[in-house]
Amino acid sequence: MRRRFARTALLVGVVALVAASCGGDDDDASDSEAPDTESDSGEPVTIEWWHIQNNDPGLSLWEDIAAEFEADHPNVTIDITVYENEAFKTAIEPRLQAGDPPDLFQSWGGGELSEQVDAGLVRDITDDVEPWIGDLNQGAVGLYQVDEAQYGVPFDLGMVGFWYNTDLFAQAGIDEPPATWDELLDDVQALKEAGITPIALGEGDKWPGMFWWAYLALRNGGAEAFPAPGDEAEFASAPFVEAGEQLQEMIELEPFQAGHMAAVWDGAGGQAATMATGGAAMMLMGQWAPGTMSANSPDGNGLGDALGWFPFPEVTGGEGDPTDGFGGGNGFAVGADAPPEAIEFLEYISTPDIADRWGETNSGILPVVVGSESSITDPNLTDVLDARAEAAVVQLYLDQAYDPELGAAINDAVEQLYAGQASAEDVAQSIADAAGG
Amino acid sequence: MLPAADASSPAAVSDPRERPPGVAGPSPSVRPDAVPPAVRAGSGRVGAAWRKRLTIVAFLAPALALYVLLALVPIFQGGFYSGFDWNGLEPLDEFVGLQNYRDAFADPVFLASLRHVFVILGLSLVLQLPFALGLAVLLNQRMRGRALLRLLFFLPFVLSDVITAIVWRLLLQPAGLLDNSMESVGLEGLVQLWLADPNVVLYTVFIVVSWKYFGFHMILYLAGLQQIPLELEEAAALDGASRFQILRYVTLPLLGPTIRISVFLSIIGSLQLFDLVWVMTHGGPVGASHTTVTYMLERGFERSQFGYGSAVAVIAFLISFAFALGYQRFVLRRDVAGALTAIGG
Repeated sequence: MRRRFARTALLVGVVALVAASCGGDDDDASDSEAPDTESDSGEPVTIEWWHIQNNDPGLSLWEDIAAEFEADHPNVTIDITVYENEAFKTAIEPRLQAGDPPDLFQSWGGGELSEQVDAGLVRDITDDVEPWIGDLNQGAVGLYQVDEAQYGVPFDLGMVGFWYNTDLFAQAGIDEPPATWDELLDDVQALKEAGITPIALGEGDKWPGMFWWAYLALRNGGAEAFPAPGDEAEFASAPFVEAGEQLQEMIELEPFQAGHMAAVWDGAGGQAATMATGGAAMMLMGQWAPGTMSANSPDGNGLGDALGWFPFPEVTGGEGDPTDGFGGGNGFAVGADAPPEAIEFLEYISTPDIADRWGETNSGILPVVVGSESSITDPNLTDVLDARAEAAVVQLYLDQAYDPELGAAINDAVEQLYAGQASAEDVAQSIADAAGG
Repeated sequence: MLPAADASSPAAVSDPRERPPGVAGPSPSVRPDAVPPAVRAGSGRVGAAWRKRLTIVAFLAPALALYVLLALVPIFQGGFYSGFDWNGLEPLDEFVGLQNYRDAFADPVFLASLRHVFVILGLSLVLQLPFALGLAVLLNQRMRGRALLRLLFFLPFVLSDVITAIVWRLLLQPAGLLDNSMESVGLEGLVQLWLADPNVVLYTVFIVVSWKYFGFHMILYLAGLQQIPLELEEAAALDGASRFQILRYVTLPLLGPTIRISVFLSIIGSLQLFDLVWVMTHGGPVGASHTTVTYMLERGFERSQFGYGSAVAVIAFLISFAFALGYQRFVLRRDVAGALTAIGG
């Protein structure tokens, strides 16, 4: 296992990064045979594009955007393939192994992208995007850099936080969202006493439960606590063991909906559906939650006005900055043999106009084009945006930040905590061991 | 058959028509009508033999090519990859020998997945097959609605595994249809977290697998039962045998070949159990419903440990292969010998 990706991919400074410093050096993109100067040659070109915005409004918006680009470039056909999140991860694998990735495909950046770079599957686009990449949020852009070269372009960056049902909180007599972890535990108790299921969790997918553990570790030890590639043995250190203990304390309150160990995030009876139908009072999830909740509710509106958001609370005595975020976003990596038109298309979707249209959907995609923040009007999403702007650091999802092997080991270890089959020390130790092996 | 015969006759006819110009060119004077018939007859016989061989090769080749390409080559590839620490993307340069196999047998999740397979296999043999046999015997009687009942019992087998898994996932949800039905008949004490409880999920999987496949075995048994001449059972009845004795001493022994095949298919099916489990539980929670195949896919494709996944695949293959060979050698020997004799005679 080689883990060569830059630390910037792991610890992302979201604000106040000097934009220009992220540009590439004089790396000659020697792989790209096609000259990118004269791309509108009129030769028919097909761009194969895989994305995971499988629910409306995103699904239709991408279709419209592709159609507009095709209209402007008569020689270009965009061949769209849409997958659900989990299905995408399985479907992309054989294409990557065959050395034939789609021209543009969903990427979260981080460790997975780094493996694709090592294997020569993605294209170095540093020089191609240089004129306009500075218009994007540099924290998000950094996620798609490996060894300071750009391999993909983000269109979304958000943060994981608590989505809660304000009606149910009111019913349990809770006026203010919790500001500390202890208050959160008290609120869980209060909700239980009011006969309300406090928390929705789709642990069948494993990563939703990992969010809790990772966020607690971030609060305990700050972003510095997350090991750099190569030092993963540090996963056995105090912030992670404490995170396990704190989480265990919560799990022992039995706050989850029935059957949470088998529930998925997106699907019948899953975490999103449970929240959207008032079956639980809160959940920890990323900025895409409102969109998925709408798709998983009978009337297509999710919780409507009853939905609220608050950031992950402070852990008393923790070393982490309480504004630090845990999250990530969406973007597209560029296949090694992608035509120059694919990069032109990325430029098109990175224009303020497209970013505003994404923002106006208020579906949970938080555009990364600087200045497009005002297009978002949903009060919960503006809360997330504010938190994103305030965060000094956003730690990328652990199952994306590290290579897939370690990412899955983290998810599996934390799942054992939820099943009551391992202690906090066991969990931290087994992750450290997996990293060593 | 017909097209081949047709094809040969135009060829024979067209030969003499085409040859004269060719033969006439170099040697027009040397008794053209004496030599050609002998040559023609000889080449015809050789041609026939060649054509026969060609036909065999032509008919065999597509199946053989597919078998080699899609079965044999991947098996050897899997064996090759299993010697490497490989994430599927980087070059194959980290040879680790048998380390992947050692890792597999040291991983409690893998050992548990083997145990799960054998639990399902055992339960299938002890519960599912006798149930299917009993139903087949019942439905072999003359009774009203027999065809409809056969159809109903066979229906689950027609559904795809994925649809079955999705439908059952919905039925088995907490407070879903199954739980509600149980509550309405006073069985709420027996309601479980069917898919979410690591101690229960394997048995849930077994029930769903049985629900899907018992109809198939029932049809096998029904077909077998109808091969048994009625006279034998009638004769036994005339000799005063009870219905149970007829079943025990006449029907079951004569059903032997069918039962042996059914057991064989059931065991192979259990060893390869995948689709239903993958869609219904993804091997979870905490790996409590992993089969060797779901485990293999999870390690290989989701963790990108393709070398290790290949090692698991090889282990699963060897188990199936050893079993299939042994079973054919020792259990199916008489059945297979009979079949071969019949073809030979």
